Amino acid sequence: MKPPALAVAGAAGLVAGSVSPWATFAGFPGKMTLAGFPGGARLFALLLTAGAVLFAVDVGGRRRAALFAAVGAGAIVVMNIVAIADQGGGLGTVAWGAWLALAGAGALSFAAWRLPAGEPAPDEWPRLAPALEVGAIAVALLAVLGAVVWGLEIAESSRFISFLVLLVFASVTLHHLGVFSALAVLFARHHRMAMLLGAAAAVAFPFTQQGNAYWIRVFASIGVFAVAAIGLNVVVGLAGLLDLGYVAFFGVGAYVGALFSNAALTTTNIHLPFMLVVILGGCIAAVFGLVIGTPTLRLRGDYLAIVTLGFGEIFRITANNWDGLTRGPNGISGVPDLALGGFDFGESHELFGVTLPGFANYYFVELLLIAGAILVFTRLNDSRIGRAWVAIREDELAAAASGIDTIRLKLLAFAIGAFLAGAAGTVNAHVTTQVSPDSYTFLESILLVAAVVLGGMGTVPGALLGSTALFVIPEKLRAFQDKRLLLFGAALILVMRFRPEGLVPSKRRRRELRSEAPEGVPGLAGASGPAPGGPLSA
Amino acid sequence: MRSRAAAMSLLEVRGVTKRFEGLLAVDSVDLDVGEGDIVGVIGPNGAGKTTLFNCMSGLDAPTAGEIRFRGQVLSGRPDRFTKAGVARTFQNIRLFPHMTVFENVLVGRHCRTRVGLAAAIGRGPRFRREERESADKADELLEFVGLRRQGDTLARNLSYGDQRRLEIARALASEPGVLLLDEPRAGMNAAETRAAADLVRRIRDRGVAVAVIEHDMRFIFGLCDRVAVLVQGRKLVEGTPAEVQGDARVIEAYLGAPTA
Repeated sequence: MKPPALAVAGAAGLVAGSVSPWATFAGFPGKMTLAGFPGGARLFALLLTAGAVLFAVDVGGRRRAALFAAVGAGAIVVMNIVAIADQGGGLGTVAWGAWLALAGAGALSFAAWRLPAGEPAPDEWPRLAPALEVGAIAVALLAVLGAVVWGLEIAESSRFISFLVLLVFASVTLHHLGVFSALAVLFARHHRMAMLLGAAAAVAFPFTQQGNAYWIRVFASIGVFAVAAIGLNVVVGLAGLLDLGYVAFFGVGAYVGALFSNAALTTTNIHLPFMLVVILGGCIAAVFGLVIGTPTLRLRGDYLAIVTLGFGEIFRITANNWDGLTRGPNGISGVPDLALGGFDFGESHELFGVTLPGFANYYFVELLLIAGAILVFTRLNDSRIGRAWVAIREDELAAAASGIDTIRLKLLAFAIGAFLAGAAGTVNAHVTTQVSPDSYTFLESILLVAAVVLGGMGTVPGALLGSTALFVIPEKLRAFQDKRLLLFGAALILVMRFRPEGLVPSKRRRRELRSEAPEGVPGLAGASGPAPGGPLSA
Repeated sequence: MRSRAAAMSLLEVRGVTKRFEGLLAVDSVDLDVGEGDIVGVIGPNGAGKTTLFNCMSGLDAPTAGEIRFRGQVLSGRPDRFTKAGVARTFQNIRLFPHMTVFENVLVGRHCRTRVGLAAAIGRGPRFRREERESADKADELLEFVGLRRQGDTLARNLSYGDQRRLEIARALASEPGVLLLDEPRAGMNAAETRAAADLVRRIRDRGVAVAVIEHDMRFIFGLCDRVAVLVQGRKLVEGTPAEVQGDARVIEAYLGAPTA
């Protein structure tokens, strides 16, 4: 098929513009004054220009895919023109390359808009040889790892935002081509292999940092947060109980971790083996969950949210005042590094020629914890217990009339969620080396809920993605200082407006996939592409 | 008919009264549903039919009176009623919209399955056997109501009539002795209504007694062994369709007293 002349012209303009200077002054990030080289954000625009290939091949969903790729390239150009003009002091400081790229993006967008609607992307892609399918999974995971590493390497905020725009528009483009739903099918089909490869990608991450501790430290924080988010996802995502005081369970675990590890400023002088402390922290938090849940879970919706909010504050205020146990506002500091069998977690280690800082050790422990949480989540989700939770979320009265003891199951969800948060808390005590009440504020609870809702309720990848985004993006926007939270809030609003079901929406598993997972392999129930009929495809 | 029902009564409603602040919704009603019965409950709007069903299924606690199933008094939350063997459907269909058709039926199996937390996480042979049994049962029920091929559809994407049938399959999954159907043919056309009546008879033939609320007289009189008429919370008449149809009080309740 012959592509329209306008598209050819537009793509040519974008390519030429992307290798031409965008700024007339030195100092804008990304060597924007250099010609013949797509530096900085210009590379991102150039990558989206690849969507122009869709004019030559007729595949399902290509009109929207091409449109989003072209508009995305345009958005990156516009963003940078604004940033350059802002920094340079006027539009006059924007070089001709940017204008050429903008014109190219406009032409390309218009050409894409004029494409015939055509077929939507197919629901099912043809089956390939198993090795090829596993290869596709590996490529996809590698792409995710690569995107994370690449994104973290970008130091300048303006370039990072351009990168985010690239990610968003590239994802939407791939979504319209049906890539994500095809991958979801592959993930479900080769479930074990996919989990294994995913774990491998997660383990590989610290090795990509070349001994630099900064992001490994951030990811060590993300790890504990992610375990708690998966736990909260049981409560909010599966059972549909809005818990606004969830961080209290995390705090209970952290105090247990600090009190039983012989911290420098301990009040108990008890030292138990860490493995035991993790379980103990989880169990004590679960007991707290039951104590809080028993009187409150008869309430519904908004009322439950308010009451849990109150309990979260009660925990914090109690910790702040119980000097004999928690040392009040000073908290318990000097929590020692973990040492298991002579292996000191605080030390950095040399492995495969890469120096892994101490935080990498915690990161690996957290990966184990995450794996455990995923196991609990997915297996429960795909059992009578998980079905009962979802039924309660969908219609509590009908669930009760279908024979579900709703109070009991809601308590169970509360306890499981609290257990996971508590276990994560014990690890966090060692990562942060100190535990104090001001770490467990209402805002932390809200952030956890935001991570779950942003990522997608009721899905594991959603909780992981949500936690990561919630830590990395604010960290990356530090240059904006006081406007950081404003930008972050705006991003949240945009996601909720255009994708209310979250980044990785929940999809009930189909039986076709179920029956192909022999002997009750746990379902990666969350591993699913965007649901058809979502707002983006409307 | 009456004596037989009294002798082999499965579900006994005895003097059930439900009072909402100042409103007497149900006023000391007696009703028996016997083995193999199809019992109809009719009455004008606001007569208390659904409230009576709510009392019979544990959704509302009666102000006075009691519900007995196989001789045992039922009380407490609705899941106890379902577990004892009284299942129901709703007038305004209440499915789990974002679960698949198959999963909706599996939820109905909840009270007949036992796997606990540890077994669900550990996935031992007992878990697998129970899941397989539930799946087989769900498949059989979907076949029975004619939804076998829609198993993977989300419940909310079903047509209206299919949603009603799914609700029945979900209720049957709990292996009830008595099934309470609240207006099962509301919103259906003539052909669907005939299919619904046929389905109710087939449910009875499976050994599940049925009590059904309906406004459609022809549906009720063609289907039921016995019919009870509720008017303003009280049971006005109970008898065979022929007896009820000929009763002057019933005609008066629906059409008003003839003016002289």
